[in-house]
Amino acid sequence: MKIAVCIKQVPDTTEVRLDPKTNTLIRDGVPSIINPDDKSGIESALKIKEENPEATVTVVCMGPPQADVALREALAMGCDDAILISGREFGGSDTYATATIIASGLKKVGFDLIITGRQAIDGDTAQVGPQIAEQMKIPQISYAEELKVEGDSVIVKRQFEDCYHIVKAKMPCLVTALSELAKPRYMTVRGIIDAYEKNITVLGFDDLKDMLNPEWIGLNGSPTNVVQSFTKQAKAKGTKLTGLTDDEAVEAIVAKLDELHLI
Amino acid sequence: MDFKLSKTHLLQQELYRKFAEEEIKPLARDMDENEAYDMELLEKMKKLGFFGIPYSRTYGGEGGDNLSYVLCMEEVSKQDASTGITISVHTSLCCSCINDFGTEEQKQKYLRPLVDGSKIGCFGLTEPNAGSDAAGQQTKAYKDGDEYVINGSKIFTTNSGFADTFVVFALTDPAAGTRGISAFIVEKGMPGLSVNANIPRMGIRAASNCVVNYDNVRVPAENLLGKEGSGFKIAMKALDGGRIGIGAQAVGIAQGALNEAVKYVKERKQFGKPIAAFQNTQFKLAEMQTKIDAARLLVWRAAVAKDNKENYSVYAAMCKLMASEVANEVTRECVQLLGGYGYSREYPIERMMRDAKITEIYEGTSEVMKMVISGSMKLK
Repeated sequence: MKIAVCIKQVPDTTEVRLDPKTNTLIRDGVPSIINPDDKSGIESALKIKEENPEATVTVVCMGPPQADVALREALAMGCDDAILISGREFGGSDTYATATIIASGLKKVGFDLIITGRQAIDGDTAQVGPQIAEQMKIPQISYAEELKVEGDSVIVKRQFEDCYHIVKAKMPCLVTALSELAKPRYMTVRGIIDAYEKNITVLGFDDLKDMLNPEWIGLNGSPTNVVQSFTKQAKAKGTKLTGLTDDEAVEAIVAKLDELHLI
Repeated sequence: MDFKLSKTHLLQQELYRKFAEEEIKPLARDMDENEAYDMELLEKMKKLGFFGIPYSRTYGGEGGDNLSYVLCMEEVSKQDASTGITISVHTSLCCSCINDFGTEEQKQKYLRPLVDGSKIGCFGLTEPNAGSDAAGQQTKAYKDGDEYVINGSKIFTTNSGFADTFVVFALTDPAAGTRGISAFIVEKGMPGLSVNANIPRMGIRAASNCVVNYDNVRVPAENLLGKEGSGFKIAMKALDGGRIGIGAQAVGIAQGALNEAVKYVKERKQFGKPIAAFQNTQFKLAEMQTKIDAARLLVWRAAVAKDNKENYSVYAAMCKLMASEVANEVTRECVQLLGGYGYSREYPIERMMRDAKITEIYEGTSEVMKMVISGSMKLK
């Protein structure tokens, strides 16, 4: 069984600041990490591999060459190999174009199970995973909280608003992972040393051009245009209640909610 | 000359830092209060490879180097110096003796389980009457057929409470002075080997540090490490390397305390503004960070020299002397910056101040470091 885990390298911050001129994220001085949902996807793939020793786990990332360190981290956790999808032609792609590019890379290599994170903490769209499945014309199960492999199928406990769905899909298929799916393991010392001995396969536009129309990628292939981004201003300072006992605090909060007709 | 860490070292540093922040930090205070190390935490670190970093894959180690090892020592010691010494005594003292002087059979039998994370090692040199004067050993061993019989007792043996493998030094020829000392590998469970309760201490209280008694302990002759009479040389070489780890531990303690102080001065308000806004605070922190960086560079120089198979013994002594003094000064100043809260056991800095003191004492006191350094200066 060949498993691919798609990961994204994202800035490690909840306080994302925007450049007011370009409306893009200021990434300077912000450390990069593997997107948390994606990391949970890596862990669940590694667990499947532990139970199915013949399985291989390939980590796949589309991004600039600096995304190398995210792939090395995934290798150091125990992934078998890594693919970096990278090229100037891919710059400016929205989620649709990104999914088109990643899907072409995944099709080229061929996988039985593709795991992506539910959504990335920088863009928060939750679109790329499902779009990859659509582009590849394979079944998809999103919001996975539990995942197990049974024969040639996967069985997923899918989180829904007020219930769970237990969904079975035949492989090849795609699953999007919630952070709750699996707590990521640490890298190991040995894994890190080995990670830098391994070769990372780089797929550029030339490697994928038989499957990619230049009109489908980059800015040209992106139907979404960001018209404006801005940092939301806080309307007013919050109210701070201090010096209350636990009981008094509960009463004060309930009184306030009641006053605002929220309860 | 390039002062940058390699990509492999940077990623390792990230692992050690993340693990220390997420797994060690939440336990450090309780372990200190309870004067006991958390065995689950120990198991986690064994699994990730923290106990075999600079040793060859041939014997089950991680295949890293001494620079990797000091990065680990600094990061774990930032949160808990007891974790630092537990890893250090195992790695630089116990394992290095077997790695550097053991036979192929001894390496397969004893080094492999130590560096692959199955077993923990300790090192028994110090005795009640043999500290800095390590040559004054009173523990004795004599050969009886194809066994050696060891008698005596060792004090302050770190890790001894839970160690599986003991490297111990004993006089095999009392008339021959330092050339009469031999090194042996003793296993937990051998009749006559007993470990007393943890010795109550000022700092590194979570570490295991006990009196170990050898009462007619019989070890097979093949457990002699090196040749008969080469024990003193083995011990001195191990301690030379150990000092680099202690230097890194001291840098970690200092940086850990400084990080806590930086966090505090930004939050603490007096006279209407955060105390970070006062020049006294800023200058103190600037001085401390500069000293810590200087100490760290000395530690890295010693570690890289060891990796490059250069003579590192003076570099090791210098880095330990400097880093341990910096750790004591910085932790004391950080307690001062936090004032009453620094003195309170609710904050970790008083623990760090207590932990720092030992770095000027063990694996060679500061005075011994000065003997080693001045000895290299052709003064006589």
